[in-house]
Order: sequence, then structure tokens, then C-alpha cells
Amino acid sequence: MKKRWYDYLWIVSLLYLFLGLFNILFAWLGLLCFFTPLIIAVVGGSKAYCNRYCGRGQFFALLGGRFGFSRKKDPPRFLKSRWFRYGFLTFFLTMFIVMLWNTWLVLSGIRELSKTVTLLWTFRLPWHWAYHGSAVAPWVAQFAFGFYSVMLTSTILGIFTMVLFKPRSWCVYCPMGTMTQLICKARSGNNVSLSQNYKENPYIMQSEQ
Amino acid sequence: MQTVAKRVRKATVGREYCVACGCCVKVCPKSAVHIVKGIFAEVDFEKCIGCGKCARECPASVIAISEVPL
Ligand code: SF4
Ligand code: SF4
Ligand code: SF4
Repeated sequence: MKKRWYDYLWIVSLLYLFLGLFNILFAWLGLLCFFTPLIIAVVGGSKAYCNRYCGRGQFFALLGGRFGFSRKKDPPRFLKSRWFRYGFLTFFLTMFIVMLWNTWLVLSGIRELSKTVTLLWTFRLPWHWAYHGSAVAPWVAQFAFGFYSVMLTSTILGIFTMVLFKPRSWCVYCPMGTMTQLICKARSGNNVSLSQNYKENPYIMQSEQ
Repeated sequence: MQTVAKRVRKATVGREYCVACGCCVKVCPKSAVHIVKGIFAEVDFEKCIGCGKCARECPASVIAISEVPL
């Protein structure tokens, strides 16, 4: 199939992680992959971000598909269950608020800037080399460290499930994907039926074992 | 002379668990899949040739390929 410009956005995703190794302030750019999908979903009522532009999804597809770093096995049932997807989204958003709270603590001078990146919400890695002094307010850097932690953590989780299951398994429980799908569902109300019927799908009768 | 009823293979999406990621859309050689309002994927049976690429790609494994009478 013909490649379009947006088929190369995985390079941007890689570049993002790479830049964060050298200057943590680049992490702020990650807000783009936070707001763009939401705006597209709210305004356009579609998951065009996931379907086309998401560099992270493309990166997993490439690494797991073309380069073969995936077992390509069916994911366990729980991974696509509603409670897990919505549960993970809730957990993710809660940790996001905690991150904002930490930024506020630094902003108000209650806590010192912590030059660390926290992996999987648990492991603190020293990351001071990517911090270059006080050109910006400490809270700006704190947010950057926090946001980069979120991005790195989700990449690691995504690679983990990519290896175990299908290349883009992360997309099954990705909080952004779940959120945009929820927005789309809310937008279209009950106009779209989830249950298939014989009329719109003449083959469903035979295919259901 | 054909005496056996012809059967064809078609893809069907399990909407309930589809996450609307669009992986299936990207790999379909016949452009037979599209995402309905960001909620689930739908296969156009006129275009689908039952190659199974979408089913293999689907990260949620919700696409079934089945043989159906023509
Ligand atoms: S589900 Fe997440 S990782 Fe997958 S395409 Fe959508 S935003 Fe990107
Ligand atoms: S089975 Fe092949 S032709 Fe049919 S929808 Fe899937 S990828 Fe497209
Ligand atoms: S790849 Fe699977 S989960 Fe993703 S849109 Fe297609 S059918 Fe739905």
C-alpha cells in the first residue's frame, strides 16, 4: 500500500524518547499526543489519531511485525475486558493527577525538584544529566520529568505486551485509545448498535459457532 | 459442471471487544474494512476476499474468518 507522510510518525515517537535522554524539557512536547487524540475525538467524533497518526502504535507494529519481536499470540481474554481497560484508564489517570500534584508541590516550594524518571510508577532512575540548570522554573522541569516517566512507562508496558501477544497489544488497553473510544461512544449515543444482526451482516449467523 | 455448493471466506468483527484501533484497516489489501464512528470496525463483505490478514493483525483478536455459502 502507498505510504503517506503520517505513516512515518513512528520516527517522531522514537525521537521524542531519544530527546528526553538529553534534555528533559522536550518531554513537554508529549502533551501533543495527549491533546491531539482527545480533540479529534471530541470535535471529529473519530479515532483518526489511533487509526492514522499515532506514532507509538506504528512503532509497535514495526518492531513486532516487520522486525518480528512479537510472538503474535492472541491476548488473554482479560486484557480486552471492560473492567481491565476501564480499570487501567482509571489507574492511569489517577497516577497522572499524582504527577500534577507533585508538580504543584514543587511550584509552591514545598518540595524540591526531583531529577528522576519513575518507571512503572515504582522505580526511580537518576536522570539528572538531562537537566541543565535553572533557565526555567523548577516546576516546569518537574512536570517534564513526570510526563517523560509516563511516556517511558507506557512504552515499556507496550513493548512487554508486544513481545507476549500481538505487536499492537498496547492499543487494546492504551488509556488514550480507551478514552477516545469512550468519547466517540458518548458522542454517537445509542445511534450505533454494538450487537450485530442478520440484516446488516448476512454472514454472522454462520460464523457464530 | 459444478455439483458442490460454493463456499467463500469472509471476515467478521466481534464488535463488543473491538477497540477501534484501525490495525485491520491498515493491512487489508482490498480496503474492505472501515472504522464506524471511532467505535468498532466493520467489514464490507462485497470487497472482503477472506485473506485473513486483518484477523492476524488485530491486537484484540476479535476478527473471525469463516467459510460461508456463497
Ligand atoms: S490505542 Fe494508544 S497507542 Fe494505540 S494507536 Fe491509539 S493512542 Fe496510539
Ligand atoms: S479478510 Fe482480508 S480482505 Fe477481508 S477484511 Fe480481512 S484483510 Fe480485508
Ligand atoms: S484491529 Fe481488531 S480491535 Fe482494531 S479496529 Fe480492527 S477489529 Fe477492532
